[in-house]
Amino acid sequence: MNWFELLTLHSPALIVAVPLLAAFLTPLISKINDIVRNLFVLIMLSITGLLVAILGYDVFTNGIRVYVFGGGAPLPSGMTLPVRIMFEVDAMSIFMIIITIVLAFISIIYSLSYLKNQDGLDKYYTIVLLLIASVFGMELTGDLFNFFVFLEISCITSCALIAFYIHKKESILAAFNYIVISSIGALFILFAIALLYGQYNALNMATLASSIEFTFFDKIALVLLITGLAMKAGLVPMHMWLPDAYGRAPASVTIILIGATMASFYALLRVSFTIYGNSLAVELNKVGNSSIKLNMILGTFVLVLAIITIIVGVLMALKQSNLKKMIAFAAIAEIGYMFLAVGSWLVALNDPNLAVAGFNALKGGIFHIINDVLDIGLLFLVAGAIYYATKETSLNMMGGLARNMKYTTVFFIIGLLAVSGMPPMNGFASKLLIYESTYLINPILAIVAVLCSILLLAVFVKVLHSAFLGPEIPDFKDVKEVPKSMLAAMGVIACVIIIFGLFPDMIVNNLVQPAAEALANNSNYITSVLGGGA
Amino acid sequence: MIYNLPFIAVVAMILIGLYAVLFKRNLVKMVIGISIIESGVNLFLITLGYRWWGENGGVAPIFTSAPSEAVKNAPESMVLPVPQALTLTSIVIGVAVLALMLSLVMHLYKHYGTLDIIKIRRMNEE
Repeated sequence: MNWFELLTLHSPALIVAVPLLAAFLTPLISKINDIVRNLFVLIMLSITGLLVAILGYDVFTNGIRVYVFGGGAPLPSGMTLPVRIMFEVDAMSIFMIIITIVLAFISIIYSLSYLKNQDGLDKYYTIVLLLIASVFGMELTGDLFNFFVFLEISCITSCALIAFYIHKKESILAAFNYIVISSIGALFILFAIALLYGQYNALNMATLASSIEFTFFDKIALVLLITGLAMKAGLVPMHMWLPDAYGRAPASVTIILIGATMASFYALLRVSFTIYGNSLAVELNKVGNSSIKLNMILGTFVLVLAIITIIVGVLMALKQSNLKKMIAFAAIAEIGYMFLAVGSWLVALNDPNLAVAGFNALKGGIFHIINDVLDIGLLFLVAGAIYYATKETSLNMMGGLARNMKYTTVFFIIGLLAVSGMPPMNGFASKLLIYESTYLINPILAIVAVLCSILLLAVFVKVLHSAFLGPEIPDFKDVKEVPKSMLAAMGVIACVIIIFGLFPDMIVNNLVQPAAEALANNSNYITSVLGGGA
Repeated sequence: MIYNLPFIAVVAMILIGLYAVLFKRNLVKMVIGISIIESGVNLFLITLGYRWWGENGGVAPIFTSAPSEAVKNAPESMVLPVPQALTLTSIVIGVAVLALMLSLVMHLYKHYGTLDIIKIRRMNEE
């Protein structure tokens, strides 16, 4: 076995281990000096990126990868696989870890100059790397309890990062709100895991998925899991922490927080489609001759919440005067679009007339994950750049910035068009998929979605007008363009947005389609752990 | 009925904790509420790990120190070690979260001069 095969074999563990070790080495390295530390962090991330590429290539050529910690040797009792901790990597996990590594790179490059004058940066990089490692863990793991541990690591590290500006009282309040919500959500999830373990003696997702019988306790566990994960993902009744947390954290942190939120969304998909995938067609009730199945109830529930999320997000964004909070509410609306797609797919399941539309909705939803992180991420980075240049967050105080910050203005316009779903940006490609398929399921859904998208455009045109256009403000006469590393980070996202917008087929066929198929069909996920015939 | 007592305690603890988090205005009491929920969940895990086996109860799952007749005649009487391991992990995580929350409460008190969440929100809006 040569080194490349070894690297391929152990890549799932290394993807988590490299940032984890690098995190704890960073304070030591930063004793030398700051440049060495920055280089070290970037090199470690590059190694992780290389591993992600190797693993991705392997999964796309050879199918699902199962990595068992402790190797393949049987236990003394003769029991082999399902009791061990294992990572299970399918196309959906690969899709998510690619998003995470891209976000991590952009965030680190951006923070090189954005946070240059702050102190405590060695701890900052430690916590950021820990957060990245935990998000990777959440996306790769095939074990529920392992998932809970990574979820808690991400909860603790995100909280510490939200409170980065420790001298500002608002950021501490935001961090406190965040940790209260997310630790309650995590405890709900732990309770649900205990309920599942109590019945099936297994924590492994594939084993659970194959043996689940949808008893009364499973229903409670499903409700608890969905509530807990939706809390972390920012669905509307539980969204209160999100605008504060996104708005108060430094922009370079916010962009990783978006990644962590998306990991929770991914876990929600994993729970409802992989673990409960076999129970989705269970009949719960009967009205007349038509039976009401679980997927209908779950789907309707998700659809209603998604529509409320979109409307609340957009309307609250309209009335904000703080730029970062406004973008955060827009982020909530975007999360609503993803839930809309997932809900449509759930409703359309088991209905032969809507099968294609439902699957397209799922594809649109998954494609929208990557588009949302890029669009909202770019807007947050622009907001960070404005803050860096002017030390101002309120829109009422800004004006005429386009005179001095040309590149930032261009990036903002790209982000604005992308987030409101205008062609030729990437937001258009995924939103069109969602609109088309939800229209077939219920036209009202599509109409509300389109309307809110237009309102989002209005929100950000207002920002463009009040921050970048207009007469020169004397205070901002000497404002300079932001440093090169921040421009590079924004430029990379802007390029990716345009490429995705021009060639959406490339992404949909190569990345999104396999991910959607992996979610829609959980039997591969189960058989690759338990062996054929399960 | 008597065997269900731990489960009733679990539900009671979780509800008490949720009540404290939702309705108490004092930040420290909210933190205590979260801590109570966590103890409830841990109690649930521990209860799942309990095994009723004859008069002596279950046997600790350590192969070298378990009574030899238990290992030979009734290996099922050995308790599954997983819930205990889970509880231990969850307690450790809980301590970290608790410490972080309390340090944030300290900072909040330093900045706002009060622990009342409603007053803090009002001050924040101004």
